[in-house]
Amino acid sequence: MVNWGYTITRVRRVDIDSNDMSYSRKLLAEFPELQSCIACGSCTATCTAGNLTKFNVRKLQTLVRRGEYEGVRKELEKCMLCGKCRLVCPRGINIRGLVQKLKKELPVK
Amino acid sequence: MKIAWKEYQKDIADDNYFYARSCIRQNFFPGSEAAFLNILRQDLGRDVYEDPRHTSCTGIGYHSDIVPLETIMTVVARQFSLMTEAGYENFVPSCITSFGIYSEALELWHDFPELEEKAHEYLYKATGREFKKPKNLAHTSDVIYHHREEIAAKAKRKLVNVETGRPLRGVEHIGCHYAKIFPKAGVGGSEFPYVLAGMIEAWGGEVVDYPERRHCCGFGFRNYLVMANRGYSIANSKQKFESMAPYKPDFIVANCPGCAMFLDKWQYAISEMEGTFYGPDRQGIPVLTYEELAGLVLGYDPWDLGMQMHQVAVEPLLDKLGVEYDPSAKYLGKDGKFIGKPEECAIGSYTKNIL
Repeated sequence: MVNWGYTITRVRRVDIDSNDMSYSRKLLAEFPELQSCIACGSCTATCTAGNLTKFNVRKLQTLVRRGEYEGVRKELEKCMLCGKCRLVCPRGINIRGLVQKLKKELPVK
Repeated sequence: MKIAWKEYQKDIADDNYFYARSCIRQNFFPGSEAAFLNILRQDLGRDVYEDPRHTSCTGIGYHSDIVPLETIMTVVARQFSLMTEAGYENFVPSCITSFGIYSEALELWHDFPELEEKAHEYLYKATGREFKKPKNLAHTSDVIYHHREEIAAKAKRKLVNVETGRPLRGVEHIGCHYAKIFPKAGVGGSEFPYVLAGMIEAWGGEVVDYPERRHCCGFGFRNYLVMANRGYSIANSKQKFESMAPYKPDFIVANCPGCAMFLDKWQYAISEMEGTFYGPDRQGIPVLTYEELAGLVLGYDPWDLGMQMHQVAVEPLLDKLGVEYDPSAKYLGKDGKFIGKPEECAIGSYTKNIL
C-alpha cells in the first residue's frame, strides 16, 4: 500500500448504530433515574478524586450510556466512594451506587 | 423567520453575467468553465462577459490566515470595479470559496458601512479604481439551476440508465461556503440546499439521500494544506463515502471546486492506501461538476468536457448514460495533440466488460 506521509485519521464520532448498547440498556432498566440526568456536572465538580486526578464521573456515565465501555472500568478505580456526588446531584441520582455497580459488572479492559 | 427550505429562495439574474473564474478549477476540471460559457452562450443564448484582468479572490489565503480582511476586501472591490467598468451588474463567480467571500464582503459592508468606505478608499489609493456593488450575486451553479428547465428542454439525453430504463442515482454534494455561512445566499438555505438536487431531478435522475449528506468533504483549507492534517481531511471524505456507498450511487455531483476535487482524488488515495473501493468491480463513484453533468445531458463530448482529467474513471457512468465516446481519443487534447497519460491504477482504469 502507498505511503504518502499521512494516514487516514480514525473517525471519533459516536456511532450508536454499531455500538453494543446491550449493557447500556440493562443499566438504564435498573437505574431509570439516569434518564433524568441533565449533565450539569455537579458530580464531577465536587468529586474528591476529581480534584486530585482526571477522574470525571459525568464523562464515564455518558460513555457507558452510549455503549463505549473501553477504559471505563480501570478509570473507576480512582473513585474514593465518598458519596459527595450523590449529595449534590440536583436529580437525586445515586451516583455512588452506580459507580459500585459498574465496578462490579464492567469487564476490566 | 423562515421555517421551510422552500422559503429560502434567491433572485438569480436571467441574463448579462459578469463571470469570475476559479483558481483551482482551471487545473483540476479545466473543461468545466469552458462548458459553462458554451452552455450559457451557445445553447442558451445568454450574454456572459469575462475580463482577463480578473484575479484570484485570495479566499484560500484568507481562510488559511495568510491574507488579512482589509486585503481581501480590496481584492473583492477590484473585481467589482472590473464588473462596473464593463457595465455589468450581475456577478457570477465560478468558485464556492469565492462566492462565500463575495457574500461575506457584501454582508460586512451592509452591517458595517465604514468597512465599505475603507474598501473604496484602499482600492482608489492602490489602483485609482472605483466600484459599485453587484445588484445580483449568484454562484454559477445557481445560474445553471435557474436555467435547468431550459437545459432539460434542449437535452439530448436524460439521466437514465439506457439498459434498465431506471433513473440514475446521483449524490449531490454542496460546498460548505455555498449556504452554510449565509443560508439566505443559497437556494434552499443551509439545511436543504436544492441547487444540485433540482438539476438532477429536472434532468431525469434520482437524488440519493444518505446519512452524511450534509457533511463537509474535508478540504477545509488548512486541513489539507498542512500535510500533517491531511489524515483528518481524507477521513471526512471517507466518512461520506462509507455513508453513501450502500445506496449504490451512479455518480456524485458537486458545486464546489474543492469538493469535486477531493471527492474524486481521495477515492483514488483511499484505494491506494487501503485498497477500499466504493463502486462495484474495484471502481469508484464518478465525481462530476454540474457543468459536466449539464454538458452530458446536452450531448457534449465527454473529452471536450475535460472528463479525462478525473482520477476516478467516468466510463462506467458514460456507458450507463449511453454516451458514445472514443476511448482512444481520451488523452488527445485540442487538435488531436497527445496530452499525456497518467500511470495505470485500478480506480482510474476501465475496460468495458463485453459478454
